[in-house]
Amino acid sequence: MTDLSPAPRRAYIEVEDLSVQFPTEDGLVRAVDGVTFSIDKGQTIAIVGESGSGKSVTAQAIMGLVNARTADVTGHVWVDGQDIVGMTDDELRKMRGSTMAMIFQDPMSSLHPFYRIGAQLTEAVNVHNKVSKKEARDRAIEMLQKVGIPSPEKRIEDYPHQFSGGMRQRVMIAMALINSPSLLIADEPTTALDVTVQAQIMELILELQQEYNTAVVLITHDLGIVADAADQVAVMYGARVVESGVIDDIFYKPEMPYTLGLLASVPRLNQVRADRLDPIPGNPPSPIRLPSGCVFNPRCVYKDRVEGDLCATERPALLPTDLGHMVRCHMSKEDREAVATIALGTLGRETA
Amino acid sequence: MSEIANESHTAGDAVLRVTDLQMHFPVRSKGLFPKTIGQVKAVDGVSFDVQPGETLGLVGESGCGKSTTGRTALRLLEPTSGKVEMDGIDVTRMSAKDMVPLRRKAAMIFQDPYNALNPRHTVGAIIGAPFAVQGVEPAGGVRAAVRELMDRVGLNPEHYNRYPAEFSGGQRQRIGIARAVALRPHFIVCDEPVSALDVSIQAQVINLLRDLQDEFGIAYLFVAHDLAVVRQISHRVAVMYLGHVMELTSREELYSRPLHPYTHALLSAIPVPDPRAQKNREHIMLSGDLPSPVNPPSGCVFHTRCFVAQDICKVDKPVIREFEPGHQVACHFPITEYLGSTLIVGPDPGLTPESDLEGRQDGDPMEQAGDSDLIHEPGTNYTDGTDSLIDPGPGLWR
Ligand SMILES: Nc1ncnc2c1ncn2[C@@H]1O[C@H](COP(=O)(O)OP(=O)(O)O)[C@@H](O)[C@H]1O
Ligand SMILES: Nc1ncnc2c1ncn2[C@@H]1O[C@H](COP(=O)(O)OP(=O)(O)O)[C@@H](O)[C@H]1O
Ligand code: SF4
Ligand code: SF4
Ligand SMILES: [Mg+2]
Ligand SMILES: [Mg+2]
Repeated sequence: MTDLSPAPRRAYIEVEDLSVQFPTEDGLVRAVDGVTFSIDKGQTIAIVGESGSGKSVTAQAIMGLVNARTADVTGHVWVDGQDIVGMTDDELRKMRGSTMAMIFQDPMSSLHPFYRIGAQLTEAVNVHNKVSKKEARDRAIEMLQKVGIPSPEKRIEDYPHQFSGGMRQRVMIAMALINSPSLLIADEPTTALDVTVQAQIMELILELQQEYNTAVVLITHDLGIVADAADQVAVMYGARVVESGVIDDIFYKPEMPYTLGLLASVPRLNQVRADRLDPIPGNPPSPIRLPSGCVFNPRCVYKDRVEGDLCATERPALLPTDLGHMVRCHMSKEDREAVATIALGTLGRETA
Repeated sequence: MSEIANESHTAGDAVLRVTDLQMHFPVRSKGLFPKTIGQVKAVDGVSFDVQPGETLGLVGESGCGKSTTGRTALRLLEPTSGKVEMDGIDVTRMSAKDMVPLRRKAAMIFQDPYNALNPRHTVGAIIGAPFAVQGVEPAGGVRAAVRELMDRVGLNPEHYNRYPAEFSGGQRQRIGIARAVALRPHFIVCDEPVSALDVSIQAQVINLLRDLQDEFGIAYLFVAHDLAVVRQISHRVAVMYLGHVMELTSREELYSRPLHPYTHALLSAIPVPDPRAQKNREHIMLSGDLPSPVNPPSGCVFHTRCFVAQDICKVDKPVIREFEPGHQVACHFPITEYLGSTLIVGPDPGLTPESDLEGRQDGDPMEQAGDSDLIHEPGTNYTDGTDSLIDPGPGLWR
């Protein structure tokens, strides 16, 4: 390549053909395989998919957290025009906590059990800013206040275990957002919480996102949370993005058979018992033995609509089917729309 | 369908009846001579029954006492007080030895298909274990019976000699189910049986449990924290909070006309997988976390988080009572109006004429969304005709 200048970037975050492979004793684990999506400031993209589909590894790669010694990372993660892939550890450390931050299902993965939360929060401020002790402390208290911790000037002296599960989640959010990052990655942030607390935490994340105009990558397996919080959705299956688009495209005009299966199998509060669920047959693939061709083909009930054995032999590309709506499937658009009508009959009714 | 009781059943007997059940665990001090310094009131005065062939859902947030209720109901725990009857027989203080023949009639399915199966036993041995334990020799032999069970739950009988580690999460749950139904029990406690599974696999397992119920007339006590899953499988639902049943009624009633403030809050907190509907819902945001069951609030245990609590709630514990026929609630001020918490209850798709449906699928989805007669407007009362949209649907129990 002769052109050394980066191509013009349209979105704030551009993940481009990102792949992560782990060589293991059992064979090569293809955890992430050519993932592509983009997201602007103030927007939320939800990554959905079954466990093992590569959501967390994608998040780790965006944060530059995948260890280059144990894994092979290719592709690009452009954050505001800078490529995370290939950055040195020093460069990454500067980005993490200031430009981008991450929250997890388990708050203890970002809080140290033996230090007071005040010390941890001020440390997070000091790493990236030259400020006085008092300023850092004030910032910590302000942030705790913001995430809804009552009497923060007192609680700042407490250790993580002195907080309840929901409160600890809030402390972790305070920690992640204390330097107002422009990218927040939230990996199943409410999965371990009860619904009433989950609702509080999701509301908090969305409120703070608005305040700071943060780009959010929200990883979840809960389609309800996606419907509630996302602007864009990327559906992952077998290490690949199989469909992506704005939220209405994914929920009301999906075309990829895995997305259809996912939508048809989720139990709904607005569905009655007489109505059987329509599960996807079979089981998800092993990342060591990803099926050839379309990764979904062993479970796909529509593959006979594709000529020959293309589904089993040829990997479909992620192609636009509509403005901003990408689908990875060999079927013709006509067929994809036809099977969507078959699969989502009940959903069509529900949204009608 | 599930009305068919097990033949060996005496008419009129519930497969399970618990009355004023309490299960308190001692909290001990640390040190050389631990003393009991308090009680975890895990279950604190719970009453319900499970009828033959019925599914009673038990929902609530973690720590509210669901699993303890299930385990006490099977007498895996001896209750602190109250009564447990299985098939009309009082088993509250029965010895383990006397329980043995009753164990044939009841079984349990666990949440974690990874830990519930012994990794060193073959799948065949695991599924066949109940025959050995109970000294039952099925016609045709254990091996044939196990293979038949494997086939019935959707496992390949050829995999008889494989080990649990060779199976996926969903398949392991099928192994657990096959073992649970081996002796054709009347009653199974399912403790979060699909909570650890991906949605596409969840649906497979829920359908399997429903099919087995229809085929064998098994009654389930279905413990889960996911209200959508519970709705999918239950005939009646009990909502628990901090060791108490707050509300107990039919599935249709609970999801369309909840009475307890906590049920309203729970339903409103669950996001529905339908962006437009979700954006139109109102949310009741509960403040705070669950109080500790060691030191539950006075009066109504929910009063610290309740959005309609009055002074009396702090001192006077509401007794669960029948507010309407078949609808029990433990609250001084049940909420009878629509709060935005309930759902967009559409007509049962199974009942909608095909022609009607076809027409709805094409056209501009935005326009269809505007066709909002299926959506409860916030502030709408139940009485103004919206309840005609709530259709119990065909094939229902009772
Ligand atoms: N460090 C690692 N070494 C080897 N395999 C890994 C590693 N991290 C993740 N994987 C594998 O990569 C796949 C994708 O994992 P993950 O991204 O965690 O899935 P998800 O978050 O969608 O559940 C899984 O099969 C997982 O076992
Ligand atoms: N064996 C036990 N000893 C002490 N406390 C227990 C025991 N089992 C459960 N508990 C406590 O009882 C309460 C109810 O627990 P559980 O029945 O497991 O709730 P759920 O299944 O609804 O999450 C919790 O506070 C839990 O910590
Ligand atoms: S490419 Fe073939 S197997 Fe894959 S989703 Fe499309 S039809 Fe199904
Ligand atoms: S009794 Fe009072 S505190 Fe308890 S749920 Fe009813 S209104 Fe709320
Ligand atoms: Mg993950
Ligand atoms: Mg439990």
